[in-house]
Amino acid sequence: MKARVHVMLKDGVLDPQGEAVRHALGHMGFGGVEGVRQGKVIELDLSATDAASAEAEVKEMCEKLLANTVIEKYTIEIA
Amino acid sequence: MKAAVITFPGSNCDRDLSMAFAAAGADVVKVWHKETALPEGIDIIGVPGGFSYGDYLRCGAIASRSPIGQAVADFAGKGGYVIGICNGFQVLTEMRLLPGALMRNAGLKFVSKPLALRVATTDSAYTSGYEAGQEIVIPVAHHDGNYQIDPEGLARIEGEDRVAFRYVENPNGSVDDIAGVLSENRRVLGMMPHPERAIEAAQGGADGAALFRALSGMLATA
Repeated sequence: MKARVHVMLKDGVLDPQGEAVRHALGHMGFGGVEGVRQGKVIELDLSATDAASAEAEVKEMCEKLLANTVIEKYTIEIA
Repeated sequence: MKAAVITFPGSNCDRDLSMAFAAAGADVVKVWHKETALPEGIDIIGVPGGFSYGDYLRCGAIASRSPIGQAVADFAGKGGYVIGICNGFQVLTEMRLLPGALMRNAGLKFVSKPLALRVATTDSAYTSGYEAGQEIVIPVAHHDGNYQIDPEGLARIEGEDRVAFRYVENPNGSVDDIAGVLSENRRVLGMMPHPERAIEAAQGGADGAALFRALSGMLATA
């Protein structure tokens, strides 16, 4: 079973790197980009076979390590 | 005063920090990251600067969850003194021993230079050797020193007089120019600038020495 975790900065937290990407896109002639937010994707291979328990475990991993919930939010996909 | 300095893989200020403690009269024990317990009789722990675990995932994240990291958190939880400098500050916020988080510098550049700081409170074992509002010059060297905290958290640490140092000229976008923060019990300090790199004139300035001297004076009798 695989899990994919998306970690993004919370809304309202300034993203200096996203802003730099937005500026670069503007310089390159992509005029319509009003905002860029950069995050990360973490893929996990799990031995679990039960989706509900896998999701609960990955949620705990997110809270304890994968995301810093002071500034970041996360979503979990189980496949 | 007996000080323990933690060395993680990628720490690079552990030796400087040990020398700063020793120059202030401390007995210093270096603690390797594979240890799971601290030596007996420690008065203060120093979490040094560097790039622990290669800054993987987030700066300080892996170190904060390591076995010795847990021992540091337990020590602080029992009222122990802990100072985290630069990467050490990042580690302490990741442990939630200090509020807020350190993000990529607003200018996206690594900043490495001596900077003027203003002492924001003298009410701590770390800052009692300075005058309130005193300007001191301490080097910074970081890429992720942009201190951020939500408005409620900011109001709280300011209301409780827990900002230890502020930048005179903000180098990294930190909210309210914050360069260093104290814990609720005032015994845990995190700061991005490097006082251990300013303890004698040969380093270009000695304004950091008063921090270690004040600590030594406070903890000698503790």
